[in-house]
Amino acid sequence: MIPPAAFFVLAAVLFVLGVIAFFVKKDLLTQFMAVEIMLNAGNLAVLALSKASGKADGQALVLFVITVAAAEAVIGLAIIVLVFRQRKSIRTDDLKDLKG
Amino acid sequence: MALTIFVILSALCVGAVAAMIISRNQAYSALFLVLAFACLGGIFGLLDAPFAAVVQVLVYAGAIMVLFLFAIMMFNLRRPEPPERKRVRIVLGTALAVILLGELLLAARRALGTAGAVPPGRDIAHLGRLLFTDNLYAFEITSLLILAALVGALALAGKKEGE
Repeated sequence: MIPPAAFFVLAAVLFVLGVIAFFVKKDLLTQFMAVEIMLNAGNLAVLALSKASGKADGQALVLFVITVAAAEAVIGLAIIVLVFRQRKSIRTDDLKDLKG
Repeated sequence: MALTIFVILSALCVGAVAAMIISRNQAYSALFLVLAFACLGGIFGLLDAPFAAVVQVLVYAGAIMVLFLFAIMMFNLRRPEPPERKRVRIVLGTALAVILLGELLLAARRALGTAGAVPPGRDIAHLGRLLFTDNLYAFEITSLLILAALVGALALAGKKEGE
């Protein structure tokens, strides 16, 4: 029997690793992957809560989150491809003028 | 038994994400992430959510990360990332992240007071009924969203180079 707290700790660690990856990495693609890690950590927490509360609603929510994440990945990658075509680079250092 | 599997899977998952952060090559990062998401799929299975586990492996480890790999192939970045010069950014980011970890763990401890209910059970029929009754609107709107994402991605990135 795994204590529910273990899943929360794992979800928190994964989320924080995603945050670190987002800050440490300097190209759009890897930062986008970091966002996916954070989404997955959230999913894990929702599933852990779903099991702890004894309802299956959390599983349905996770399915929706995964579907929306897929749509978001498609659009995000399309935007990154556009940026690469305009600037010939996806390093955030080369995109500093985007900050306005 | 389940605890052993959980420990192995979570160690693999955290290790793969750490390797993804350390690796300088984007393709390796994406492959490490595939490993991490596959392990997460196993952990979802441990949480009595077999359908979520299958979807996680199929959609995340399969479809989304392959999409990332295709994008990496399109960018065709020959030179790997130069090593980081400014350490301040890494140190600050990590410090902020550690503070966030502390806060999350505090919040999790508070949320755990509700534990101890009956597990939801693993039957997929119940989940399907839930999806198509209580969440029917959300389900249909999601299908519209995916269609919009498909058309949007084509409109954004589908143009030829010369246009």
